[in-house]
Parts: sequence; C-alpha cells; structure tokens
Amino acid sequence: MTTTESTPAVVVDPDAVNLTINGRAVVARKGELIIAAADRNGDYIPRFCYHPRMSSVGMCRQCLVEVEGPRGPMMVVSCMTSVSEGQVVRTETDQVKRAQEGMIELLLANHPLDCPVCDKGGECPLQDQAFSHGPGESRFIEEKRHYEKPIAISDLVLLDRERCILCDRCTRFADEVAGDALIHFTSRGNNTQVQTFPDEPFSSYFSGNTVQICPVGALTARPYRFKARPWDLEKTESTCTTCAVGCRITLESSRDELLRYQGVDSDPVNHGWLCDKGRFNFESLKSDARLTNPLVRDGASLVETSWSSALSTAASLITSALRAGNPSRVAVLGGARGTNEDAHAWAKLVDALGIDSVDAQMGDGLPSAVLTYPQATIDDAAHASTVILLSPDLKEELPILYLRLRDASEKKRSRILEFASKGSGLTRYAWKSVPYLPGNQVAVVASTLSEPAVSAQMAKGSVVVVVGRSNLAESDEYNMAALDAVMAAHPGATVLPVLRRGNVRGALSVGLGRRDAVDILTDAANGEIDCLVLVGADPIADCPDSDLARRAFAAIPSIIAIDTFATASSAKATVLLPAAAFGEKDGTTTNLEGRVTRLARKVTVNGTSRPDWMVALELADILGHDLGAASVADVHADLVSSNPAFGPATRVALATHPDGVVLAAPATGATTSFAPPPAEKPGFAHRLVVGRKLYDNGRNVAESPSLARLAPGSALHMHPLDLERLGAPEGASVRVSGDRTSIVMNVVGDESVQRGTVWAAWAQSGANIGELIDATKWVNDVRVESLR
Amino acid sequence: MNTPNSTSTYPHAPGFVAGDRPRIVTSRFEYADSYTLERFLATDGYAGLRAALARPANEIHDEVKSATVLGRGGAGFPAGTKWGLTPQGVFPRYLVVNGDESEPGTYKDRLLMERDPHQLIEGCLIACYAAGLSQCFLYIRGEMALAQERVADALNEAYAAGYVGKNILGSKFSLDIILHWGAGAYVVGEETALIESLEGNRGMPRLKPPYFPAAIGLYGQPTIVNNVETLANLPWLMLNGADAYTAIGTKTSPGTRMVAVSGHVKRPGVYEIINGVTTFRDLIFGEEYCGGIRNGNKLKAFVPGGGSAPWFTEDQLDVPFEGQQAGAAGSMLGSGAVMVMDETTDIPAAALTLTRFYAHESCGKCTPCREGGTWLERILSRIVDGKGTDADLAQLVEVGTSICPGDFPHASSTRLGLDAVPFPYKMNTICFVGPSAYAPINSALVLFPEDFAARVTKRSMIPVTAVRAES
Amino acid sequence: MARLSEENVRLAKEVIARYPRARSAMIPLLHLAQEQDGYVTNEAMAHIGDLVGATSAEVYGTASFYEMFKFEPVGKYLINICGTMSCALMGAEDLMHHAEHRLGVKLGGTTDDGLFTLERAECQAACTEAPCLQVNYRYRFRVTAADFDALVDDLKAGNLTDEVPAHGIVARVRQQIPVDRGVGAVPPEDVTEAPTWMAEKAAL
Repeated sequence: MTTTESTPAVVVDPDAVNLTINGRAVVARKGELIIAAADRNGDYIPRFCYHPRMSSVGMCRQCLVEVEGPRGPMMVVSCMTSVSEGQVVRTETDQVKRAQEGMIELLLANHPLDCPVCDKGGECPLQDQAFSHGPGESRFIEEKRHYEKPIAISDLVLLDRERCILCDRCTRFADEVAGDALIHFTSRGNNTQVQTFPDEPFSSYFSGNTVQICPVGALTARPYRFKARPWDLEKTESTCTTCAVGCRITLESSRDELLRYQGVDSDPVNHGWLCDKGRFNFESLKSDARLTNPLVRDGASLVETSWSSALSTAASLITSALRAGNPSRVAVLGGARGTNEDAHAWAKLVDALGIDSVDAQMGDGLPSAVLTYPQATIDDAAHASTVILLSPDLKEELPILYLRLRDASEKKRSRILEFASKGSGLTRYAWKSVPYLPGNQVAVVASTLSEPAVSAQMAKGSVVVVVGRSNLAESDEYNMAALDAVMAAHPGATVLPVLRRGNVRGALSVGLGRRDAVDILTDAANGEIDCLVLVGADPIADCPDSDLARRAFAAIPSIIAIDTFATASSAKATVLLPAAAFGEKDGTTTNLEGRVTRLARKVTVNGTSRPDWMVALELADILGHDLGAASVADVHADLVSSNPAFGPATRVALATHPDGVVLAAPATGATTSFAPPPAEKPGFAHRLVVGRKLYDNGRNVAESPSLARLAPGSALHMHPLDLERLGAPEGASVRVSGDRTSIVMNVVGDESVQRGTVWAAWAQSGANIGELIDATKWVNDVRVESLR
Repeated sequence: MNTPNSTSTYPHAPGFVAGDRPRIVTSRFEYADSYTLERFLATDGYAGLRAALARPANEIHDEVKSATVLGRGGAGFPAGTKWGLTPQGVFPRYLVVNGDESEPGTYKDRLLMERDPHQLIEGCLIACYAAGLSQCFLYIRGEMALAQERVADALNEAYAAGYVGKNILGSKFSLDIILHWGAGAYVVGEETALIESLEGNRGMPRLKPPYFPAAIGLYGQPTIVNNVETLANLPWLMLNGADAYTAIGTKTSPGTRMVAVSGHVKRPGVYEIINGVTTFRDLIFGEEYCGGIRNGNKLKAFVPGGGSAPWFTEDQLDVPFEGQQAGAAGSMLGSGAVMVMDETTDIPAAALTLTRFYAHESCGKCTPCREGGTWLERILSRIVDGKGTDADLAQLVEVGTSICPGDFPHASSTRLGLDAVPFPYKMNTICFVGPSAYAPINSALVLFPEDFAARVTKRSMIPVTAVRAES
Repeated sequence: MARLSEENVRLAKEVIARYPRARSAMIPLLHLAQEQDGYVTNEAMAHIGDLVGATSAEVYGTASFYEMFKFEPVGKYLINICGTMSCALMGAEDLMHHAEHRLGVKLGGTTDDGLFTLERAECQAACTEAPCLQVNYRYRFRVTAADFDALVDDLKAGNLTDEVPAHGIVARVRQQIPVDRGVGAVPPEDVTEAPTWMAEKAAL
C-alpha cells in the first residue's frame, strides 16, 4: 500500500497491518479479522453468526465483503478472513449489497415474522439488519417451515425453532464456552434444527447467555418472557454482586421494576458472560418476603415502627451493651453483601465505638491474611502458564471464573494443577488433578511440587495460586498452610483469593475482618456478647457449625439486624431494619481480585428500605459520633482519601474506566504462619467434605421462583465402591453421625467423591449438614450406617 | 438382476466395459477373483510398493509430481503437488482416502474398491511412504456394503501377509490403514466435510481458507485427502515410471481416467479412457464406447462431469477430456460422469432431479445453500407441475444469484447464438453444494428457454408484501 | 433395545483404539448400535457418548445428520429406489409407483407386517445400470416391475437370507488388526517428529 498521507511512522509496530477499508487507511493488528478491523474503523458489516468471543464459523454468510485479489474482486466472509498488508476491502459495493440483501431475503424466507409478539422485537439483529441491509421485500411465497413452538429446552430457556436462523451461536456457546454441549444441531439441510437430546435438558449454569446472544427471538428466558418491550426498558450499567467475580451487567427496568440483567463484555472479567444465578436472581427483589418497614420486637413478635423509633431503639441497645462493660460486648457481623461505601461507613462506626469483634465472613472463608500475599488478577490467572487450584469447585461458587480458567486450559494457554478433596468442574480440564484427604493437603502439595514434571511445568512461566475454602468441615488453616507450601516452593507465585460473597474483598479491605466470626460466636455462646449487629449477615444459615450459631444466638440478649429479608438470623432480632438491595442503591464494589467498579441504582427502594451506609451514619449520629459524611459520594470520597488501597478508585477513575480499577497492592507485612496438624483418619469413619452448589437455600435463589426449583436438595455423596461396601442402594436413607449428633440423609453414588470421604452440599433443603460440623475441630469425621 | 441384454463385458463386474485401450487401474477387472490377494500377487500386486520402498521417500514423491497424476475426485488438482502443500516439519500427517463417492452419475471408485481393493491399499501405502503420512483412514461410502466387505477382507489379508501394519515387507516403513465408513451424506465427499465426519461430527464443510486440509486437516494436523481412483494409479506408476505414465494422454492430462456414461445411450457403462484426448463425441457416439443415442434418437444435452457440472449440448461434443478446454467451454470434468439426455427428455423435470438432490444433500451450514437450495427446488417443482408463472422463472435466477453472484458459467449455443461463460463460478457459499443446486437450473434455463416458456403461465409478480402459504 | 451388549462394547473398544481420538469412532459405533437393534436407540446413543467422550446431544447431532441411521424401527428390508438423474431418465418414477402399489405403502412407509420399508434414495453410484435399487444396501440393477415383484417374493419367501442380512447390518466383514501387526494409534499431540522412514535412503 502506498501512503498518500505524510505521517511518518515513528515507531514501527511489528504487529501492525495496513489496509484500506472503503478507501480509508486502517491500521489493524496481525491476525485480526476484517470484520473486527472494520468495526473499529466505524464500518459496520452486518453479521449473525460472528461473535467476537467465540470461534468464527462463517455460516450465515451475511458478512460477505469484497477483497481485491489477483483476479479481480473476490467475495470473502469478513468474519473468517484475516487482514493482510496492502489489502483493499470494500463493504458497500453493488455486489456486496446484492449479496447482503440476498442473505437477508433467504434468512427471512422461513422466518415466521411474528415480530409483534416476539420478545426480541425492537432489539433484534435480524429485524434491524433486515431494515438496514435487507432488500425490503420478500418473494418467498412457499409455505414456511413449521415446528412446535416454543419448546422448553431447560427450566429457564425456551426455544422457538421457527424463528431460529441456525447461526450456531447458542450451540457454539454451549460447546466452546460453557463446555456443556447439551444443545446441538440435529438433522440436516433445510431440516436442520437446534435440539437437546430427548429427556436431557440444557441444564447448563450458563444457559441464559444463549438467550442474550441469540440474534433472533428463538431463545427466550422464562423470567423475562412477555414482560416488556425492549423500547420500554431503561438500562444502566452495573456490576453483579451475586458472587465475588463481579461480572459487568446492565440493569434493565420498566416502570420501576427490574426485569432483566444482560452481560456486558468486560475484558478483564466476564467477557460478556453471566451465570444463570446472577442473571436471573433479580426476581428476588420483588419478592413479597422483602422487608418494607422497620420492625421492633414486642414479645414473640416483630412490630412495624418508624425509622426514627427503630434507630433510637437500636442505638440504645448498643449504648447499653457498651455501658455494660467495654466495646468487647458488642459485635458486628456482615458487610460483605453491600457496597464498599456500606462497608466503609460501618467500619468507621465500629472504629468510633472501638468495637473489635467484627467480621465480614461467617467462619466459612479464609483468614483475611490471604490478602497480604502477592496478588493476582483474574486475567493473570487466565494467562498464567500454571494455575494451581487450592479452591472450592469454581463452577459451583464462582462460575465465570470457572469459564475463564476453562478457556485458558482449552486454548492451551494454561495448565491447571488441581489439588482437590473432591472432583470439581475443572477436573476434566486439569493437566493434573491431585486428590488429598482433607487435613493432609500440606504434605500432598509439598510432595507433588517436588515431582520433576511438576517443577519443570512451574518453571515454564508465571504461576498463579487460586486459593479458597474448599471444605467447610475442615479448618481454614489447611489451605493457607498448603498455600504457604506452594509459596515456599515457588516464591514468585501470585495468589488469587476466591472468597465468594459479592463484596467480601471490599469489606475486608476497609477493615471489617478483625476477629474470626467463629471466635466471636464462641464468645457469644459463652455469654460474652450483649449486642450483635448483623449487617446483611445470616450466621445461623452461613456459619458451618450450626450448633455454635444456635447457641450463640440463644445467648445474645440484643440483636440488631439490617437485611432485605427476615432470615433465620435476622428474624431473631430485637430491631430489624429493612435494607436497600442491589439495584436499589448507588456505590462501588470490589471483586475477588480487588477490582473496584461502580454499582448503579436502577429502581426505587422497596418500601422504606435504606442502604446500609445510611443506617451506619444515622446510628453514629444518634450515638454522638460525626462520621463526616452525608451522602454516598461523601462516604466514597472519604474511603478514597483515608484508605490507601482505595486510592486509585477515585470517582473520576471509575467514571472513565467502566471495567474498574484494581486496588493498590495491600501492604504485605504481617506474615502469619499456619501449621495445622496433619489429620489421621480412623479407619471406620468417613472424612466429611462440605462444599457448595450454585443453587442453594440462599435468599437470592430461594426468593427467585425460576431458580428456587433448581437447588438439588440435601444428599450424602459417596464413592460408588464405598456405597457398595455400605450395602445401601442408591437413594437409600442412611444415618450420618458425628460426635455431637446424627442426621438422616439420602445417599447417592458419586465417582467424584474420594473413597473414605463423604461429601454433602451446604445449605440445601432437607437435612442440614452443618449439624455435623464442629468448628473447634481441625477436621470432621462421620460414621455412616445404612438404615435398611 | 442383469437382463439378458446386459452390456457388461464381465458378469462379475456389472457396468464395466473393457476396450482395446491401455488400462492402468482396471487391468484386473477381467478376473472374477480380482479382489483376492492371490490374484493380486499373481498380477504384479504389491510390486509397485516393493519398488517404491527400495527408493528414498522424497524420490517417490518427485516421481508422482512429475507424472502429474490429476486428482480424480472432481477438482483435478495434481496429487504430487497436493502432497507438497503440507507445512514443513509439522507432524503427524494423515492420509484420508475419499471413497465416499456420491456425485450423481459417478461410479468408478465403487468398482475399484469392489474389484481391486489391494490396488487401492497399495496406492495408500505408496502415498503414505512418499509424503511421510503416519496413519491412513480409508473412508468408504456407507451404502456401499460390498465395497466395505471387499476392502475389509483385503485389509485383513494384507495385514496377515505383512503388506500393512508394522515393518511392511520387513522394512522400516510401518503404517496402519483403518477402514472407516460413512452413513449416508453426499456432502461428506467434500474433503473438509469428510474430515469432520471422520472426527465423529456432522459432515459440515469447513471454510477454505483457513481450513485447507494440507495445513489444518484431521485433528488439526496436515492431512492429505485423495480420491480412490487417484491412489489406484500409483502402483502402476511405481512399476512403469512417470515417463510411461505421461506417454499416455496429454501433457496437462496424462494417463487414463474412468468415466461412467449413463442415460439415453445405447451402451451405458464405465470406461477407462485416455485422458486429455478422448472427446465427448468419441465417448457418446464411438462404437468402442457408448455407440450413440438409444433408439436412434437425437442428443439433446449431456452433463459432462457429474451432477454439479453445467450442461453441454451437441455444440460441445468435440471438447476433449481436458480440464482447461472443458472449463473454457463453460463446464468442468468433475468426477468423470456423463449423463446423456435425448430429445424425449423433459428438461425442467431432468433439472429438478438434480436440484432436488443437492437441496436434499445440503448440510444446512450456510444460509444460501440451506435456504436457497430448497427454495429453488420448490419453485422448479411448481414449474414442472405446470403451476409455475413467468415470475417464477425470474425468481429462479434471483435465488441463483444469491447463491452464486455474477454470471453463472454455461456452454455456448449456436442454435441460440449464445457465447460460453467459462468456468468457474463465484460463490457465496462455503462449498459447491449450493451452486450445484443451481447449476442444472441455469443450464436448462439458458440452453432450453423454450422448454420452460411452454410450461409456465404469464402472470405478474405477486405483490411483494404478501406472503401466503401454498395450498 | 438398549445400550450396547457386552460383545459389542468389546468390539467398540477395539474400534475406538484404532483412532488417535476416540470420537472418530462415533459413526462406526452408531452402525454397531443399528446392527444390534435394527435402529439406533436413545440408550445406545447415550452409551456411545460415554464410550467416545461426547454428550448424548452431540451423538444425536452427528447421528441425525446421516441418512442411514434410523431412530425408530424400520422394516426388516429397507428398499431404497434411486431417483436421481440417470435413474430418473431411465424410469425410476414408474418403478417407485409400481413399488408403492406392490407393497401398499407410500415412499417412507413400512408395510404392516414390518417386513418392508420403502424409500426414495439419492444417487447410489450405479448410474449405468439404471434404474437401480438397494435392499439393505445390496444392489439390484436395471430393475423392471417384474424384477421388483420377484425380489419382494424372494425376500418374503426367505430365498435371499444369505445375500441380504436384516436391516442394520451393512458390511458382514469386520476389519481385524492382529495385535502383533498393528502399529497403534497415537494422539496427535504425542507425535512431533517425522516418521522414521523419511530420513532413510530407502526403507527396504
């Protein structure tokens, strides 16, 4: 190509490719597709099957363009043709237009054109591109294809095969991105259709994404079907706080009701994808069970009252507890489910009151010391040559992080070295999955890392350790000690802590992790706490040791709870204050890698609910402390100026970086050392492993009708050979006994469970596995007897 | 069920007609037991392999290159050149043998597999040796039960006798040949679809570029896909040398090729003809070939290279079996299949049998073929049923243009004063199946407009916004 | 009616081992399932998925692409009459009409006695011997109406059981690779070098 401009290239980028698109000079990157280069240049090429986050298939043929070739102009699909030096591309010639109009006419030939009753109408790529690039007429007078419409392909998603244009986006997503190839093209030619296997639904945790990327109204989601017309939706960008991955989303509402979340393509985080739990739990916001007004206890019942009266009652409970001795008789649990500003306001309040019994985790996470290791981002992990997993099942707890790591493995960027006490979603993608008996991981990790093949692999490039609480029935010190073993073997490794609550990292970073919740609850059970404040916390449901939580709550005289629902814990409150929920308040959040992004308010609060930060300020006011803030903006400004970690997260920075800014590296100082004892297992017992499933009894799921039915319910999982040895058939009732009590559960065979262990999911309906967890023990062993 | 007047020269090889010509690939067809190892060994079998193994692999590759063995699957690309397209130093490389013969009008690979499976096996061995291919997959069309049985028997014999497997003939050359078979899908004959199918997937073609099999083929590795007949030439070539091979036929089209002539001729059959020089007139009217049109009728049209090829008429009878000349005349030689139509032929109905075939065999991957092919079939059916209008004729061309932009190739016609539009066509599709649905329609419309005019009623175009269901 | 039998699983594993990737055995295994039950059952597809490492939906996606796989029982004899150009030029339509009358079913139908399924087929690669048909993939050439009647009579009388196996069985000969002769399949990622013979002056 000859440049007519006299701009001298100062720096020669070896990856730069010069071409012209519609006569304009464009600089693209080596390997970039023409369609992407044209997009960046403002030349829109129509497309249906192309999706930048999936491999190109060149099926719909809508993106045909003309490229000058040795034998004159050639028609090529721009989604599968890479740019090349000197290439001359034309996207608007008569021949290109004829082809594009031809494709639209062919795609519409069998399309039902039931746009008036189609959810997609108004935001439909087929509709829009038929308008912008279509012939404006159809000459197809034959009878169209007919199929039963729509068919449910899962509990959440319906498929209308008449509308489908067979672009392969949903099926490609299911296979390539989610790894759940449960929908597929079937039959051939003009009879090709998308289908599931008979009686095997598309039960992917990621099914909602197919609805979002469907370029027509073929796939619709039950929670949104017929709820709104797209032009009536108001949208604003925010961050999902269902878990700590922090996927970027749009909140979409109509008439002050949230109706839909859509994934936003945030390059460092979610690539546009969402899990179904995050996507559909907006239903819980309009649940009838939401608290609307403050409640104060009158005997056995809670009675509605005004905010001023409720707040003064709460303040007097705190004051009297403080007077009863010292700040140690007041405890604050929670703060991980709100915004950074909520957490910061509460941190300032507990500072002002001198309270030290504060924790944002419920004894179900890791010591906050995990944040003092050299930190990795999600991108670091997804590009590391070795990823070491010392984590819970990411597919169940942090689904989009699972997608990112699965992608890293599938694309051969990373090798995953998994240490697990039970097979996880990533096991099949792992380079090596090393099983360990809970309590023995430190030795297993150390010996694995000394294997020549493993150390050779680790020497190949960067190493990221993904560490979290993989078993609620063992001490949190084991994985920390295993982490130390990795760091000792490979000091250059960085750490991605995978604590799961939406803003747990923010809460810990502002100082809401001062004592372990288990210790605080133990004090409470011993009568040493007079007043407990729950800030969006439900220790009875969340603390792994159910007995401890129960004893603690029985012994605490006054409880103040701020919550969106009356939960197992908040229902026991003396004062229960209705909290503004996600989507009802502004602020910022911090994801698991320390990325701060903005949250947006989209709808009016439910009833008289108030955000947590406001409650903190008001209580402080009554208690005689001026926290120096009157608005969420004030709280944020104070956070940025007073907390060095949040220094980069200024308003301006967040406004100009929709993907957020990562917290400044925390001061790595206090080296805690963990040395839990190796735990031998008595031969007759099974070691208990307790993990999570994506869908559980948590309020967000339980109050979202579409999701609630997806929780699997309580069951004891056992290796099939152990099950055979037990002599119990699949599904039979068994008695599971710990030292304190025993419960009856149904037992199922599960090859991902190690022999000699049993696994159960946390927080499922039916028997509560928390009854068998004693938090004072390093590990928990149980005995299983058949009840036949 | 051969009727008494069967023209088969050999009852054990129905369809095959021998002649007084050099025979490279059909030399054993006269023997009833030609498919056995015993007969094969008694007739120079595996001697070509032995000769090849005595020389360095690259020399064998060069020999095949200099012989210009044209691919017999349809595209006519020289095999030796194809082998050379694999990227340097990338291994493993595979050989996939395309025995999924399904092009309308074509059959020769079936006969080669049924009648001389060892010759094919020997060809596979020579190819793998020469091009450094480490495993061979022999993909036979699903419906060809006898071919599958014969090849399976031959492979079992060859393994047992040391011609296939570890250390072949005691040499350092080791190769597995895996018999694989399809399940009924024409499009799988397209080489990238063949690879998809061999990987256990739906046989949907991949886009070339970037998926040229020689670079990114089976399991993403360099892969040579060769037609059965192409490989069957190699044993003879090894024994007789490239010079002997190029002495037959012409420089650009050396050797022989097998051609099936079917339809309205006196003696339909599969002939091994001299490449490059034999003309369609020779083949259709020559006494040593088909002997003219049945019942003394007149020739109306013929398909020169399998169902996908634009049609020729008597104006093109003197075109020889030579790719460039056939291309300049507006068609292609394709897979060696001539289908002859006499003056009694209902031209729109004949075109419909082919359009229906390609519409039915569309894989459904790309829009123009999936939607356009069926649309063409439905319009043409309406016309054949006498319910078409002149607007339908225009619409056929419109749909055809959405599949293949620009002028579609066709033959010249002195009768109509038409010049030829040379091959190839441009296409908006991934592979040639979509264009093939339109090819017969375009030929029929261009060369025999009066046959359509007589069939349709004049009616103005239906208003553009009205979409009604057909009763 | 179900998953693959023990013997077929043994065969399946033998076939799978021939390919560098197990999934390549999908179509041969589907044939094995059809051989076992006369058609491909859902249970067999799920079983094949387990054997080759694919989801049931993927197996069904592949299987339903190909004409030969049937997902419901068909007649013991599947008669495919070719209707593509060469056969059409030589009277295939008439033969199909005759066959419909003779069997009393439309194209695509199965006779009440479950013996015959009649289908229109596309080109069967016997174009010079038109019109042709296949019965369970065994050819009949230049078929007249009388030939067709005789074929039906013979099949009914059991005169052709040696030549025409029941539907599902295609080739009756299986490839057998002796253990000591086979080279063995290697996953492509485990091979990086040129085959040994490439470096030699001659292999022999």
